[in-house]
Amino acid sequence: MAGAPLTVSVVSADQEVWSGEATMVVARTVEGQIGILPGHEPLLAILASGEVRLTLPGGEKIVAQAEDGFLSVANNQVTIVARKAGLV
Amino acid sequence: MGAQLRVYRQKIKSAQTMKKITRAMELISASRIQKARARVSASTPYSQSITRAVSAVATYSNVAHVLTTEPEKIERAAVVIFTSDRGLAGAFSSQVLREAESLSELLRSQGKDVVYFLVGRKAVAYFGFRRRASERVWTGGTDQPQFEIAREISESLLETFLRDAEDGGVDEIHVVFNRFVSMVTQVPQVVRLLPLEVVEGVEEPGDGQVLPLYEFEPDVETVLDALLPVYIESRVFNAMLQSAAAEHAARQKAMQSAADNADKLITTFTRLSNNARQTEITSQISEIVGGADALSSAKN
Repeated sequence: MAGAPLTVSVVSADQEVWSGEATMVVARTVEGQIGILPGHEPLLAILASGEVRLTLPGGEKIVAQAEDGFLSVANNQVTIVARKAGLV
Repeated sequence: MGAQLRVYRQKIKSAQTMKKITRAMELISASRIQKARARVSASTPYSQSITRAVSAVATYSNVAHVLTTEPEKIERAAVVIFTSDRGLAGAFSSQVLREAESLSELLRSQGKDVVYFLVGRKAVAYFGFRRRASERVWTGGTDQPQFEIAREISESLLETFLRDAEDGGVDEIHVVFNRFVSMVTQVPQVVRLLPLEVVEGVEEPGDGQVLPLYEFEPDVETVLDALLPVYIESRVFNAMLQSAAAEHAARQKAMQSAADNADKLITTFTRLSNNARQTEITSQISEIVGGADALSSAKN
């Protein structure tokens, strides 16, 4: 299961900021930093204001800024939802 | 030139000017509607993700939340009406207001007080003319809704909802807005915003998929607490965007038929003025012929 990459979408109130595949997602929730790899258990977490780091399959890194949002993980689908989100 | 003819020419002129204006407005709306529709579809992923998250929480936890529990007795209900700022959009604002009136009628017959939240200058004017009270109003920018306004509206709605009924709080919130169905149809829609009925919108898992068992961080209550206001926000924002798209569509249609009517008027008045001109010429000819006849008979 861990072979397939995560399908990630970063969504803000008025648009979809970014979507694609990633091998790892690192975000900061209200309880602390969390790293998500493929095969993670379903999760719904509140994000603390801060950045979300995505590692793409090619090893590239993308940083997205997400203010008061959510992170949901289910079936290797990661959705980062925030009122205001943008790529840095 | 005969008086009749002059009147017709004036009317043709005014119809032509009117046609120019309405045609221009039609073109403006036609170009804006594309943008408005794009914004509706751009905001869909957000509301979808939120709805999915909310239904996930609602399905896997039996937590009672103040926003989802049905109050035992509903004393006061709020109605939020989304209209436009400007007119010249056909029945756009009036059909929403009519729908809101029948909703209020229904609510009153159930023994509830109704308070109003108005969005758009048209609703404000409607209430002002009838000297009716409204709780809060928002005007400006209905054709290009901003998320900040949606946030403000939902915050104020939540605040009113959470207040006790004795302090002027409400137990129920309905929204009335025009839903954009297609370029030619906009349907006024009534949705009960609060208390939430999230269980209705639960997504069915597809074939071969297992319903995920969510882990919540920090815990279910906190997640729900944070999620529900956002959900309401996105619903309000979606209503505003739908209403904006519907407004442009309604205006385009109204202006198109206005331009067509102006065309018809121009044709009719041109016919009439031609007729008047011909009558004038005929009468002038007969005067000349009559005069010549009289002259020649006087010589003899």
